[in-house]
Amino acid sequence: MSAPTSPLSFDVAEQMAKRTRWTPLEIAFWIAAFATIYFLPGRHLILTEIVIWALFALSLDLILGFGGILSLGHAAFFGVGAYAAGLLAKHGIITEPVLALLVAGLAATVLGFVTSFLVLRGSDLTRLMVTLGVSLVLREIANRYSDITGGADGLQGITMAPVLGLFRFDLFGHTAYIYSLVVLFVLFLLARRIVNSPFGLSLLAVRGNPLRASAIAIPVNWRLVAIYTVAAGYAGIAGGLLAQTTAFASLEVFSFDRSADVLLVLIIGGIGYLYGGLIGAVIFRLMQDWLANITPQYWQFWIGLVLVIIVLIGRDRMGAWIRPVRDLIDTLGGRLRIRASGGER
Amino acid sequence: MSHALGTSSYALETVELEKSFGGLKATNQVSLRVKKGARHALIGPNGAGKTTVINLLSGAIRPTAGRILLDGEDITFREPHDRVRLGIARTFQINQLFGDLTPVETLGLAISERNGMGHDWWRVAGRKAAIVDEVGELLSRFDLTDVMGERTATLPYGKQRLLEIALAFACKPRVLLLDEPAAGVPEAERDSILETVAALPADVTVLLIEHDMDIVFSFADRISVLVNGELFMEGTPEQVAADPRVKAVYLGEGTDA
Repeated sequence: MSAPTSPLSFDVAEQMAKRTRWTPLEIAFWIAAFATIYFLPGRHLILTEIVIWALFALSLDLILGFGGILSLGHAAFFGVGAYAAGLLAKHGIITEPVLALLVAGLAATVLGFVTSFLVLRGSDLTRLMVTLGVSLVLREIANRYSDITGGADGLQGITMAPVLGLFRFDLFGHTAYIYSLVVLFVLFLLARRIVNSPFGLSLLAVRGNPLRASAIAIPVNWRLVAIYTVAAGYAGIAGGLLAQTTAFASLEVFSFDRSADVLLVLIIGGIGYLYGGLIGAVIFRLMQDWLANITPQYWQFWIGLVLVIIVLIGRDRMGAWIRPVRDLIDTLGGRLRIRASGGER
Repeated sequence: MSHALGTSSYALETVELEKSFGGLKATNQVSLRVKKGARHALIGPNGAGKTTVINLLSGAIRPTAGRILLDGEDITFREPHDRVRLGIARTFQINQLFGDLTPVETLGLAISERNGMGHDWWRVAGRKAAIVDEVGELLSRFDLTDVMGERTATLPYGKQRLLEIALAFACKPRVLLLDEPAAGVPEAERDSILETVAALPADVTVLLIEHDMDIVFSFADRISVLVNGELFMEGTPEQVAADPRVKAVYLGEGTDA
């Protein structure tokens, strides 16, 4: 960055950079996430599930939180990624998991691009129905071509090669967890970068006020196509991770339940700040686990109740409760930063 | 954006522009010519169709018939965002801002878009010195430096109104459409808005849609009167003020003139 030419420019540059800065809370979040590799070795199976939900919900956040597109069929892309990764491994087409995962993501990306044009027009209701329809269609295609997909029995007999040819998947899920967590982290960094770019800022503008966005030369539809396509790729990679870490894919990956659950996860964690999907996944999966232990048959009752409470109280108000804490941490972090930068002002 | 000399001596021209909503002709045979560098006002009583004309010019709605020329170039069927690139920007009568963004972010965004950086997904927003400097200039010009880092939704109404104009101006338009810039602004903050509007650079052609006669007569060098979707008359402020028919249909009505 070239030097600002006036005090005003300095302030402006400061203000523009505000959104992009890492807060201490964020850094703590990721340290805690990676610490689980060492400190919770017995929980790696459920943690892997959480990471996959987190990535899937992050993907939904990109389209809902940053594109303003409400989807009830996001499992379409998750499913395509899962089957793509599963088939690549099963038939030995691409055995190395990372490369196969990228190809699975690419398959979902292509589908995302093609179907993005369907969600450009119309109200939220139209979009809900169109996205739901697409996922149902894909599920039935997978069901119909059971000779390829295994139909209702699922895609069985997948054997996974070691990650990067080095790390074997083990019974306890250690490799699977580390692999998934690294994928999530890398994709999170990429999403963060995208969201803080001029393109990302334009998405916030489009979500906030499409009428005005087009009045300042933003091609609204193209921006929505772009983010929908990227998000589909993310969902595909999440699906691919599921197939790879469980060595299995079934029609459930396309299910309506999955699309609805991911929306639930995102709403629990909060929309539009990237961490919502991650935090939501942790809460959702742990709550599910905990409630299922207490009341195996009726745990969904409590999930439903929590959902109703969250939506009625509104996340803004809950955010207001924790804001003092967050502000305090940010202030402390800001002081440290100023001290560290050695009074560059 | 280059301010290339166009082929026409009019910055903006409409040719028999029409818009019907069902059976209602909101805009009827409107042929409006706005000279380069003009301070042109479009006035008319409530429901005359002033905002419909602005919406047609900006591309928010499509005309039923007729043409729109920007510097002689036909833009009738251009998308709204394309028109802004070609040099025509607008403000809105009711604020249309990005509530979650700050003025700095809002203006930085408009400038990035203008510079064709809007699809740039890798660079971090606001790292370019040229953009930062320009945002600073805009903030000063529109008296927004004191609130530059606050969420737009929380700004006082007068500041939002200034940002509304600043945002259109950030697109570096050749033709700026101002839709009742002082609408709803408390008396105390009104002057600062009017001063800002008066201080717009002379090479920017301004078409002002206005209800308030004081603003119109202090600002405009040319006035078109719109009544029931039709152009009723056009002339200098003196001619319009002296025309008994205008008085009858508009001034005499005792709207807030």
